[in-house]
Amino acid sequence: MSELNKNASNDIVASHGDKFTDPGIPAHKERMSDKDPAAAKRAEHQSAFLFTLSIIGTITAVVVYFAIRPEGTVTSVRNANLALGIAIAFALLGIGLGAIHWAKALMSDHEVIDERHPIVSSDEDRAGAIEALEAGVKDANIGRRTVLKGSAVTALGLFPLTIAVPLVSSVGNDWDVSKFRHTLWEKGKRLTTDPAGRPVKASEITVGSVVHIIPEVSEEERASHAWISEKAKAVVLLVRLDPKDLKETEERKSWSYDGIVAYSKICTHVGCPVALYEQQTHHLLCPCHQSTFDVADGAKVVFGPAKRALPQLPITVDDEGYLIAQDDFNEPIGPSYWERLK
Amino acid sequence: MKALAARRHHRFTPVVIVMFALLVVGGIYAAFAPSSAQADTATNQDIQEGEKLFLANCATCHGANAEGSDIYPSLIGVGAAAVDFQVGTGRMPMQASGPQAPAKPAQMNETQTKQLSAYVASLGPGPSIPSAEQVDPEKGDIANGAAIFRTNCAMCHNAVGAGGALSEGKFAPSLWETTPTHLYEAMLTGPQSMPVFNDGTLTSEEKRDVIAFVVDQREGSAGGLSLGSLGPVSEGVWVWIVGMGALIGAAVWIGAKSS
Repeated sequence: MSELNKNASNDIVASHGDKFTDPGIPAHKERMSDKDPAAAKRAEHQSAFLFTLSIIGTITAVVVYFAIRPEGTVTSVRNANLALGIAIAFALLGIGLGAIHWAKALMSDHEVIDERHPIVSSDEDRAGAIEALEAGVKDANIGRRTVLKGSAVTALGLFPLTIAVPLVSSVGNDWDVSKFRHTLWEKGKRLTTDPAGRPVKASEITVGSVVHIIPEVSEEERASHAWISEKAKAVVLLVRLDPKDLKETEERKSWSYDGIVAYSKICTHVGCPVALYEQQTHHLLCPCHQSTFDVADGAKVVFGPAKRALPQLPITVDDEGYLIAQDDFNEPIGPSYWERLK
Repeated sequence: MKALAARRHHRFTPVVIVMFALLVVGGIYAAFAPSSAQADTATNQDIQEGEKLFLANCATCHGANAEGSDIYPSLIGVGAAAVDFQVGTGRMPMQASGPQAPAKPAQMNETQTKQLSAYVASLGPGPSIPSAEQVDPEKGDIANGAAIFRTNCAMCHNAVGAGGALSEGKFAPSLWETTPTHLYEAMLTGPQSMPVFNDGTLTSEEKRDVIAFVVDQREGSAGGLSLGSLGPVSEGVWVWIVGMGALIGAAVWIGAKSS
């Protein structure tokens, strides 16, 4: 610090003295209800009115409970809840507002100071505590009984395993990631509507149509718990475009059927079902983060956080004209994961 | 926070009651509104009148023979259902070119709509206007309709049909005021951005189930004011501004000294 600054700071300290003086409590201001008995009476009446309101609210709530019964329709349930809610709101608000108004307007409002006491215990208490601790250590004889000490520490150290082992194990009990690479789709599997499970004929789909598709499985399979996981991987969006709007790579020319294309409905970003299809722009939007895919151009990403095009399901028709899969997807569906490309 | 929001809006009972009265009246009107005329009762007279109307109101964009152009779609083969929907909901004739053809008060009356439908239907085979029985919500299975709606419609039109945003200024409209016939025709013909759900992909019965579900949503929520059923945005605004505002106001009142 330069000489000049030092002098300056000394000056400031000197001019303010060593300590601020305690300004004390501001002067007590009397309330209307302290000065004017009529105002006090009025405040009393106001509080009493609020409590009475609460009493009326409570009685109304009980009456309403018996008088307005939900009859099963949405409107009657709503009306019953609404009436009950308003009555209970009055019952509770009346008590709360009345009590606070009473405290604020009528109870003593003289400022009171309650000094803080030191946090540290007295010297005798502290000395006594240390003495008791040392006596305990001496009594347990920890320094000598090594077997006892070792077994106690081991017992304490091992116990957390009863929590940690099931926890870690159930988090990662299935490291078989190959199941993410395959879906229920296979050669010849029919495309059926979601949720009805009806096979779809190519001839039934008009240009501009969208069909939400699940693979054909039996009724029993569809009722099973495993179906939910399988369906989550296998859902497909089927769209028919005017074949002249469709841009297809040479290798994928055979994957569509007369303008009908099928793409996985699971977003390659974080796996939401991509399903907002705009018929005129051929854009398919993900409702979660607005990733946009161009269905006319290989479902390539045209906007948003997704990094890869939606996997395409190669399709064709069987002898009866129903749409079938040529094969499974040729890449894992959905978002990226570490082992995806292994 | 939720309980607080619920309690707060109970204090606006009159508003709540008026809102629901409006909803209920709208729902009843939609359910009992006269359904559109049948296309198969169209006469030659209708077709001729329809052609005149077409030339006066539609031909500027869609062409004198409804052949369309690069920008405007051809109407040959769109069927009576498409015309009844587009003209009946006021979407056509369009007021201005834009990404969305919004619904507005219908420009044509019922007879004119019927005549236009008859004319366009005469240009080429296309989907016809559904019968009253096909769109009767009373005959639909609400639960099945809900399952179909969740899979096929909810991503754009919201889980209860409140509507939602699409890209570049387009939006999926709310379905609460659409008549059952127009709902059916929209599924059948796929107007504007909406894909087509023809009878091959969504059977006539399934469409009726969807209509039953949509109409059922108009009764509102058992929980009270649904704030437009728009989800976290409207509900969040309510909780953060009205709910937190009330809490802060109460805290200030409790802490302030009585005068």
